[in-house]
Amino acid sequence: MVAEVTFFILSALALGSAVMVITRRNPVHSALWLIVTLFSVGGVFLILRAPFLFAVQIILYVGGIMVLIIFVIMLVSVDVSGRQQQFSRQWLVGLTTVLILAAELGYALYRGSKGFLLARSAPAAALENNTQAIGTALYQNYMLPVEIASILLLVAMVGAVLMAKRKME
Amino acid sequence: MESGYLTILIYIGAVVFLSAAILGMSAWVGVKRPTREKLSPYECGIQPVGDARERFSISFYLVGMLFILFDVEAVFLYPWAVVYKELKWFGFTEMLLYILILLAGYVYIWKKGALDWSR
Repeated sequence: MVAEVTFFILSALALGSAVMVITRRNPVHSALWLIVTLFSVGGVFLILRAPFLFAVQIILYVGGIMVLIIFVIMLVSVDVSGRQQQFSRQWLVGLTTVLILAAELGYALYRGSKGFLLARSAPAAALENNTQAIGTALYQNYMLPVEIASILLLVAMVGAVLMAKRKME
Repeated sequence: MESGYLTILIYIGAVVFLSAAILGMSAWVGVKRPTREKLSPYECGIQPVGDARERFSISFYLVGMLFILFDVEAVFLYPWAVVYKELKWFGFTEMLLYILILLAGYVYIWKKGALDWSR
């Protein structure tokens, strides 16, 4: 019961703030609303008993990707883009796409639960300790890919330093 | 839902209520007599000059990029931390190697002077 109510509150928050993200004129406000959206989706992950996914959502998306978005905002001139026209004039294409999607969704809803290919929920036993399961899988069965991932991060670090530092020396 | 998360939910509710109450009450009950000094962004310190919405130095971008990379590194530590006792020395050595490779990157960044703000 509590889980259902929380799910609906979080979904409403995620959808509402997502609408706010795309309608704000100031990109910094959009970025702040995006944080709300990402947090709400993280909460949904927690309800689905995926605590590791929740942690990744907070650390990587709210922490990391948001920094990237803020830096893009800083690097492009917000002053100019704030005065530009925000929405494209291709409303005919947009309307057609929306109508097709609405018809598809309406047909699926009309057919009821047969219209959706619902995923079979995992048995409760499989949900227990799934963070531990990820840990065992990563560090026992997929040991080499993890080490390769660290080399990939090293390459990205060297690349970032090379690109940003080249002009200063 | 597990009862552990219910505690967090109640905590979030209490936090939202308390912050809304404090901000709402001070906005509603408080007397507003604004002066020039009170409306300045900082009551002490340097007066802000110009607009914050302009292009920034590339060094900020570099710091942000490096933050994300070490962020991704930290994510890999979480699943390791919950099972490191079961993995025994094998897991420890593996993680040590992983950290050492990234430490090499950190040393490179340091030696290259990417963290040196004045350059």
